[in-house]
Amino acid sequence: MKLRQLAHTRTGDKGNRSTLTVIAYDAKDFARLETQLTAERVRTHYHGIVLGRVERFALPQLGALQFVLYEALAGGVTRSLALDAHGKTLSSHLLNIDIQ
Amino acid sequence: MKQSSIRIGAGAGYAGDRIAPALELARHGQLDWLVFECLAERTIALAQLERRQQADKGFDPLLAERMRAVLPTCLAQGTRILSNMGAANPLQAGREVLRVAHELGLSGVKVAVVQGDDVLERLLTDGLDLPLIDSDAPLSSLQDRLISANAYLGADALLPALQTDAQVILCGRVADPALFLAPLMHHFGWAANDWPQLGQGILIGHLLECAGQITGGYFADPGFKDVPNLARLGFPMAEVQADGSAVITKVAGSGGCVTVATCTEQLLYEIENPARYLQPDVVADFSQVRLTPDGPDRVRATGASGQPRPDTLKVTVGYHDGYIGEGQMGYAGPGCVARGQLALQLVRQRIQDAGLGQLEARYELIGVNSLLPQALATTEPNEVRLRVAVRTLTRQQAQLVANEVEALYTNGPAAGGGATKAVREVVAAAAVLVPRDWVQLQMTVLG
Repeated sequence: MKLRQLAHTRTGDKGNRSTLTVIAYDAKDFARLETQLTAERVRTHYHGIVLGRVERFALPQLGALQFVLYEALAGGVTRSLALDAHGKTLSSHLLNIDIQ
Repeated sequence: MKQSSIRIGAGAGYAGDRIAPALELARHGQLDWLVFECLAERTIALAQLERRQQADKGFDPLLAERMRAVLPTCLAQGTRILSNMGAANPLQAGREVLRVAHELGLSGVKVAVVQGDDVLERLLTDGLDLPLIDSDAPLSSLQDRLISANAYLGADALLPALQTDAQVILCGRVADPALFLAPLMHHFGWAANDWPQLGQGILIGHLLECAGQITGGYFADPGFKDVPNLARLGFPMAEVQADGSAVITKVAGSGGCVTVATCTEQLLYEIENPARYLQPDVVADFSQVRLTPDGPDRVRATGASGQPRPDTLKVTVGYHDGYIGEGQMGYAGPGCVARGQLALQLVRQRIQDAGLGQLEARYELIGVNSLLPQALATTEPNEVRLRVAVRTLTRQQAQLVANEVEALYTNGPAAGGGATKAVREVVAAAAVLVPRDWVQLQMTVLG
């Protein structure tokens, strides 16, 4: 199934980095999200967008994973040429990733 | 002044935020404090440019409108107002509040103004060798293009102003969560080195600082995350106990919702390492935070902690970064993608022929590949919008780019419509770290 069935997401911006939050709707799904949504898999999913590394933090008591996507915002919101300079729309793209 | 609990509301989450929810909160929130956070990263640089043009400008353009809306209610109810709407000219902003008060026939209004965040002069004298954060270059690489330099002040900088009897307190650059931490320190007498306590205060500030983003704004996804009465979204407030435990809620009957899910999204919004959220007052630790339901539209937030504050202050530097020329044109119906792509090729060729082919540029079709890569587009849309954006050195070059898109009307593929064009001067932001004693605080009470 798609992540969208199991979790919701939000992005924020910090300089040229995007912060990506994934939150399980149901705490019982957190374990498999933690297993399957590795930093590397998320980086691959954002191929062509995220040029740098991806860092991950787990917050089990919140059912949340926090990713930091490096070099993801075309130089950052204050100088980017992108239509969505904040990368606000990036969060929705992760909802399309497959989870078993 | 020690109280057992206080109520703090968030009246704005950014400079252009809606005013009606702030008034609703002021009227019905029984607030001790109404905080307006209105200063994004480069807003202050833009305000500084405005101030150079007109000495009596450079503060938030909606200041007067916001004050007209909430000042009578706040004064009548004893709710104090705290805001960074002073931007690049806090003193003039203070005078503006008095002018509005006078206009409304309100007497006895006092405004405390906090200054000292502007460290541009000091940076130019002593700071040009400082390395830019996230870059290898020193500040001197931007020297000729600098517009502004403002340190993120902490709650400690605001406390003297809170200790006056001013009903309104205005500042420029202050760390957003510190606008909420300051009233908590003031009322509860929290020590400036009680790191776990300050960390919990920063948590409350961080949850509130984007206003409607925690009450169901920026959350709705129909069928998955539905938000009731989003059109009349209410703004949040926190009921905080002296030990820092807090409940996030909103005015009964207002639109939106406060749930564990909305609070979790906001808790981690723009946070990198949750265990080390760097603030001027404390390095806050959100890694063990718990959010628990406490009745309808009520969520309890506990468990934040903190480590000693950083030795340095972060300074955002605004600088001129050339221009961006941009144009858009729409195509619809069968073949719209092919015509859009042809149009992109034409504009690219013409910009090359004008000698601007080496500049950083985006050539894209909104509806196909403007937000995500083209490889992800699965079905052919029934309408697309060409978008060309080029970073240029001069305004004339940017104008040329914008005009080349518009010229697709009579020089491009069939049936393009709805052209728009824009030329803008880019004000970018960078950052350096400076010693704390480079900030010389100044507090002035007006009225």
